[in-house]
Amino acid sequence: MTGPVRLRVDFIACAGRGLCAEALPELITLDDWGFPIVTGRAVPPRLLADARETVRLCPKLALRLDRRHQTSDS
Amino acid sequence: MILGAAELPRLLPAGYAAGPVGLAGHLARYGPLPCPRSGRLDGRALIAEAGRAGLTGRGGAGFPTARKLAAVAAGRAPVLVANGTEGEPASAKDKVLMARSPQLVLDGAVLAAEAIGACRAVVVVHPHVRGILDGAAAERARARLDRVPVDVRTAAGGFVAGQASAVVRWIERGVPAPTATPPRLSERGPRRPSAVVQNVETLAHLALIARYGASWFRSVGTPAEPGSMLVTVLGAVRAPGVLEIAAGTPLGRVLDLAGGASAPLQALLLGGYFGDWVDAAQALGRPFSAAGLADLGAGPGAGLIAALPAGACGLRETARVVRYLAGESAGQCGPCRFGLPAIASEVERLVEGRGADPGLLSRWLGQVDGRGGCAHPSGAVRLVRSALRTFGAEVSSHAAGRCRGAAVVLPVPPGGTR
Amino acid sequence: MSVAGSQSLWLVSRGSGLMLLAGFSAVVVLGAAARMGSVPRGWSRLGLGELHRTLALFCVAFLGLHVATAILDPYVTIGWAAVVLPFASPYRPLAIGLGALAVDLGGAVLLTSLARRRLGYRAWRAVHWLAYLAWPAAFWHAVTAGTDLRIGWVALAVWGCAAAVATACLARLLHRWRPV
Repeated sequence: MTGPVRLRVDFIACAGRGLCAEALPELITLDDWGFPIVTGRAVPPRLLADARETVRLCPKLALRLDRRHQTSDS
Repeated sequence: MILGAAELPRLLPAGYAAGPVGLAGHLARYGPLPCPRSGRLDGRALIAEAGRAGLTGRGGAGFPTARKLAAVAAGRAPVLVANGTEGEPASAKDKVLMARSPQLVLDGAVLAAEAIGACRAVVVVHPHVRGILDGAAAERARARLDRVPVDVRTAAGGFVAGQASAVVRWIERGVPAPTATPPRLSERGPRRPSAVVQNVETLAHLALIARYGASWFRSVGTPAEPGSMLVTVLGAVRAPGVLEIAAGTPLGRVLDLAGGASAPLQALLLGGYFGDWVDAAQALGRPFSAAGLADLGAGPGAGLIAALPAGACGLRETARVVRYLAGESAGQCGPCRFGLPAIASEVERLVEGRGADPGLLSRWLGQVDGRGGCAHPSGAVRLVRSALRTFGAEVSSHAAGRCRGAAVVLPVPPGGTR
Repeated sequence: MSVAGSQSLWLVSRGSGLMLLAGFSAVVVLGAAARMGSVPRGWSRLGLGELHRTLALFCVAFLGLHVATAILDPYVTIGWAAVVLPFASPYRPLAIGLGALAVDLGGAVLLTSLARRRLGYRAWRAVHWLAYLAWPAAFWHAVTAGTDLRIGWVALAVWGCAAAVATACLARLLHRWRPV
């Protein structure tokens, strides 16, 4: 992927298992209830491979690497 | 032109009527639906006209309507969903619009459906007005008015049921809970038709723009925020209810139209339960528009204006609403499901002077904001933050056991719907 | 092939079979534990999940050895088809057939796991439940096709595996129906 890439969490799928925060503590921390807080900044190139790996190992497939900026439906 | 340019009301019938305006009365007042000689509506022209008119969504988010209608993905024919759920308990504007002007809402739904090339229009309505919409749809069917079939459905109960993706999931699967975006509703892939959701008030405006054009629409309101809008005024006013005003009308004038304040006011809640508390003295001179309220950290939202009298307590009211919002979580997302009840408990402790930790509250507000499958947690956070800003001086008096009063102003349904 | 060569193939087949039973039993227990979040002190949930996956992939590879040595052994006629087609083996069709069943079910779990992102969570999870059928098939295959159960420590190992998996399944069931 070229261009700024961001990690995004699908909170509806997320079950708060916490594997992502263990795998990528540089970019993901857990809130007080065990759910991931993902940095809104772009993933630095040196962590891109780790980020892809983290996306793979989420047991609920709740993590994504996204390039476009989304607008929401109201 | 049958309806005068700067004349209000536009959407609602003038004066009080015992029931909904029937089809004959509707056509007499507004004139016929635009019916091009070719027999098919020029959808692109209508969308362009809506763009020139500057029509924005009246469901709370204020997204430009023309842009939304134009963004329907190619593929299977889309479905137009008219959202009349109005899950917000304090807001009554959509119910009143549907109850008094159902034909106008259906006009808009059908026009929007034709404009996007939809195969049908699904109108999801609050249970209180289902019968009225059924009657209105039947009248149209007998008159063979519409080229697109209209399907009236009853909305689910509950606050989040009115969220756009929740409405779609409700009509497709019977589950009134939000779904993940992406996929966006307008791009859901080959297996499901795309859905375009529009608030019923937005569609009513569209029905009039189709008849009278963009300039007519813009003849009231402000250049940046044109047109009229429906507002629900409640709380310490003499004649609470739903009014139609020009966008940008000063708040003091809006309250006067609702009979004026019935007591000295300390604050206003603007927008809805996802909206903002503002100091009354500061706000009364401001126009009720996004531009006019921006520097107060507020906006028109879903058109709610609640007047808080001096004898009531803004923090106490906020605690009640946040507890309600926590109970109304769809429960799908951790930060909302666990964070909102925690925030509600902390706000309650603050109100009852039971040693609330403002640092903890602030931490949780930061952790919950923006994290969830829909705007529910963010909306609740926004409300609490505006309460802390507007009623901040009272936090310490609550810690000392003093409160302005326990008068109930904001309606909170008992027990919850889950 | 010499008799000694055939004996060696048979030995490797039996030995690898026992190791695979232990290996796949550990995979099931790890999978259930990772799902339930039951992580011993000092372990990580991530580690448990990754161990489950890595061990499963290793066992699949090792399965190749078990199957190849059994088929290539000239002493009995099984045939390659019997690896995936249940009851296609002339030699002890039921016992070998159970092994084929385990391969089929386990194969579905494997393939869907490799294509997880493309399939989506729901489809992947539905097929993954088949693991709870694949293991009993493999176990029953081990008990009927295996020839070493009369040896004390082998029986201990085999029934030990059964006990571990049964415990994990029970815990998983209770977890599913726990009061939320």
